[in-house]
Amino acid sequence: MDALKQELKENLIEQLNLEDMSPEDIANDDMLFGDGLGLDSIDALELIVMLDKNYGIKLTDPKEGRAIFESINTMAAYISEHRSK
Amino acid sequence: MLQNHYNITSFCRIKNNRIILNDQVVFSETGHFSTFIKSAYKTLGVKYPKFFKMDALSKLAFIAADVLLKHENITPEHEENVAIIFSNSASSLETDRTHQTSIQNKANYFPSPAVFVYTLPNICIGEISIKYKLYSENSFFIFDTFNAEHLFTYSNSLLESQKADKVLCGWVEYDGEHYDAFLYLVAKSEGITHQIKDINTLYNK
Repeated sequence: MDALKQELKENLIEQLNLEDMSPEDIANDDMLFGDGLGLDSIDALELIVMLDKNYGIKLTDPKEGRAIFESINTMAAYISEHRSK
Repeated sequence: MLQNHYNITSFCRIKNNRIILNDQVVFSETGHFSTFIKSAYKTLGVKYPKFFKMDALSKLAFIAADVLLKHENITPEHEENVAIIFSNSASSLETDRTHQTSIQNKANYFPSPAVFVYTLPNICIGEISIKYKLYSENSFFIFDTFNAEHLFTYSNSLLESQKADKVLCGWVEYDGEHYDAFLYLVAKSEGITHQIKDINTLYNK
């Protein structure tokens, strides 16, 4: 699980162009949206694509993303349970 | 015939690894556009993290506008009625190509929403408007070549009809490794005469 969390942080930084940020700057329970990392709605769509592309998870209802993308912890837990690749 | 008592108060050019404001080089650095414009962002003290999410055309337009508007003391804190009229010939072609590549292979079909949102050239106007809180008229035109006459006529019309107090005009082109931004501000203040020949003279420098 720790390896997956590290991988998620690296992917987030690269795919969402989080300039001047390193995986060490993101705590596992940091809020990704709102007052946390400050991600926006386009970032949310990008995360949905990332789940599909990297882990074979298709979110049919984008509203599901609200809970899944709350933090690195919640993302890792959901991916571990639902991944097909 | 439109009257002309407006002037070009400032102009900015980004081309060939240099940023020039009113004939003064304010930044230069060798290298590809991506490293050049990122270095300009940091060196010029622009503080806007969303910059890194923009496509190349928007980064080019954003930095040119930021250099010029800061020089004119136009800030987000003081609402001003500044219209924006931009133009180019390649539209958003560079980003269109990136998007096309991501949907080319049906077996590996993962279009990026962050890329797709930039597949319109006028998005760069939105980026500037968001940063500077501009709620005024704006348009983006596609021409084969730089069209001073159209920019002159449209900006004068906006000023004469009091749709805007100032107009940020120009050309922002990004295609392959070719980039060129030429922006100028037209207002009822002191500056270079706002005539078609003057616009062309500045553009052809």
